[in-house]
Amino acid sequence: MINHAKAAKAFLRNEKRTDWHDQALWFVRQKRDRAVNQLPEWEQLRETASQIKGATLSKLAHHLLEFERQALQNGVYVHWANDAEDFNRCVLKIIRKHNATKVVKSKSMLTEECHLNPFLECEGIEVVDTDLGERIIQFRNEPPSHIVLPAIHLKKEEIGELFHVKLGTEAGASDPTYLTHAACAHLREKFLQAEVAITGVNFAVAETGAVVVCTNEGNADMGVNAAKVQIHCMGIEKVIPRTADLAVFTRMLARSATGQAVTTYTSHYLKPVPGKEMHVIIVDNGRTDILKKPQFLNSLKCIRCGACMNTCPVYRRSGGHSYGSTIPGPIGSILAPGSDLKQYRDLPFASSLCGSCSNVCPVKINIHEQLYSWRQEVSSARLLRTGKSITMSVMAKILSNSSHYQAVGLIARRLLARLPRKMIYNSFNVWGLGRELPEPPASSFNQWYRQNRKNTKL
Amino acid sequence: MNHFKVTIGLFIPCYIDQFYPQVGIATLELLEKLGLDVGYPLLQTCCGQPMANSGCEKKAVKVYQKFVKNFSSFDYVVSPSGSCVYHVREHYNILEQTEQVKKVRQSTFELCEFLLDILKVDDLQIHFPHKVGIHQSCHGLRGLKIGTGSELVTKKQSKIHSLLAKAEGLEIVELDREDECCGFGGIFSIFHPDVSVKMGKDRVADHERHWAEYITATDMSCLMHLEGIIRRQNRPVKVKHIAEILNTARR
Ligand code: SF4
Repeated sequence: MINHAKAAKAFLRNEKRTDWHDQALWFVRQKRDRAVNQLPEWEQLRETASQIKGATLSKLAHHLLEFERQALQNGVYVHWANDAEDFNRCVLKIIRKHNATKVVKSKSMLTEECHLNPFLECEGIEVVDTDLGERIIQFRNEPPSHIVLPAIHLKKEEIGELFHVKLGTEAGASDPTYLTHAACAHLREKFLQAEVAITGVNFAVAETGAVVVCTNEGNADMGVNAAKVQIHCMGIEKVIPRTADLAVFTRMLARSATGQAVTTYTSHYLKPVPGKEMHVIIVDNGRTDILKKPQFLNSLKCIRCGACMNTCPVYRRSGGHSYGSTIPGPIGSILAPGSDLKQYRDLPFASSLCGSCSNVCPVKINIHEQLYSWRQEVSSARLLRTGKSITMSVMAKILSNSSHYQAVGLIARRLLARLPRKMIYNSFNVWGLGRELPEPPASSFNQWYRQNRKNTKL
Repeated sequence: MNHFKVTIGLFIPCYIDQFYPQVGIATLELLEKLGLDVGYPLLQTCCGQPMANSGCEKKAVKVYQKFVKNFSSFDYVVSPSGSCVYHVREHYNILEQTEQVKKVRQSTFELCEFLLDILKVDDLQIHFPHKVGIHQSCHGLRGLKIGTGSELVTKKQSKIHSLLAKAEGLEIVELDREDECCGFGGIFSIFHPDVSVKMGKDRVADHERHWAEYITATDMSCLMHLEGIIRRQNRPVKVKHIAEILNTARR
């Protein structure tokens, strides 16, 4: 079971580094602010995007089937996968069909979610992540800490050291341009050798059967164009009805993600080049379960821009890995419990419910309200941590009875005033670990009122 | 002064009642200065938010019902806490929506909202000659929309700023992050203490960087958390609830 508070504590042990992480992401949030403020119609765009997604989700099967029909007509192979295992096997089957052993992959959170890399590696296949950030964490053998900036938790010096070991760059070199060039040279080799290219999908357009992939490095195109087989992997929620809808989302995605007006590359893949093969795998992996829950359904609108992470004051100070889920941060905290409530019971509580995520979200997902609802689900499933559950029962008892409440308040204030400091500030007093308790006043407001206002209204 | 033949129920949240009576007193005095007929139901306790935010909203139902019973006879319920008001308005949806429940949910207001939206006060003639940093408490800001969240691309407004705009001698300091959460978050402060305290420290530092003498907010809970950090670290900046500043009003 994930213990977010504990993982966050470990992250916070190095306060300077936490500050650096917080600033790095806040900087991205500020870039996003500048970009969206250049569009006076931003809020209208959000509303439109949210409605398009909502309408699509309400007739998801219809749109997916239309997409399939169009894609088949274009000469694309379309596969359906129920869960991660299905999906991984499907990818493997395609690779095996071509007797391939070398695969390049551009960024895809779905393949992370399904743990495709380790699966293929076990089958003797080399998978190379070609997004720079993804390649870095692949070298380090760790999961991404952010869905758009997978290596945001690392400093350039650390990447320099890593590349020195893996790519033979000069020891001590940490100049980003130098390191990027080294990575490019290394990846170029891999692109040239690759037999199969895998990509994620940002949008799948039902009316044309095209899949759209947004990248900044052009690595999806490099892979797809060099390899003879291309495989695009999408969750069922990626479909949108029309090409016209795409314009709404491409205007929002990069602005929300990095503050760019648009991603450097927006690649549309419609049909295979003659002599080559194009596959699309449509994956459920628990999404239809979310679709069945009206209060959580909106979470499927997500376009994976990462803005909710950049704005989240908790994420910035606890790091993506502290969430222990494929997708971290606010959106991860409402998606993960849907896949395994017990495992991720902590995540809906890893938030102060400040609501910044919901405000920043380009498709208007009510993230903080869903966090609140997930808390209720955790409690209904009797998965609350024991301490929390007992405390709340006791509190509810006290607070539903005025005289008990006043008595407890009085005792608390007296104890606080009279007990020696070390009896108050001990390891049981979690509040007191980093904060003073309030100085107890002589009387409560209630007492003051009884003494100072005669015509008491009850 | 009595423009309103209405009755006001004063709701003083539990932690203000027990630990910050001066905030309750300031709220009451201010409303009285404005000539309002204010009643304070002595049997009130809490809005039930602590249980609900912990996932135990079902356990809070009795507390909710008690709240409704205590306040249903007033025309308006006013409280110096955006968070509790937000809770009553948003989360009492799990109660059976009787006329009483509906009425209480609709007529419960945070103090600043009430002053501006209902009473439409203009200049309260506040006298508070200090540099003040405004902490936009999240539930008031993004929940009750008493200000515009910095994420949104809509016309900027802030009820606290409006109320303090004409205050004599008061200087509002600009912050690097105008509305970042302080990290209190109710049970979050207890179950995620490390992140919570770090968020608070960072907030205090922002106010101090801009030479705020006081940090003010619509929620004493945020200020309780920030004050706890300030006192632990012996920082010079102080906290003052917005009601205490508003209560320096002459009229
Ligand atoms: S939930 Fe919204 S803000 Fe977060 S990644 Fe998804 S689309 Fe972006």
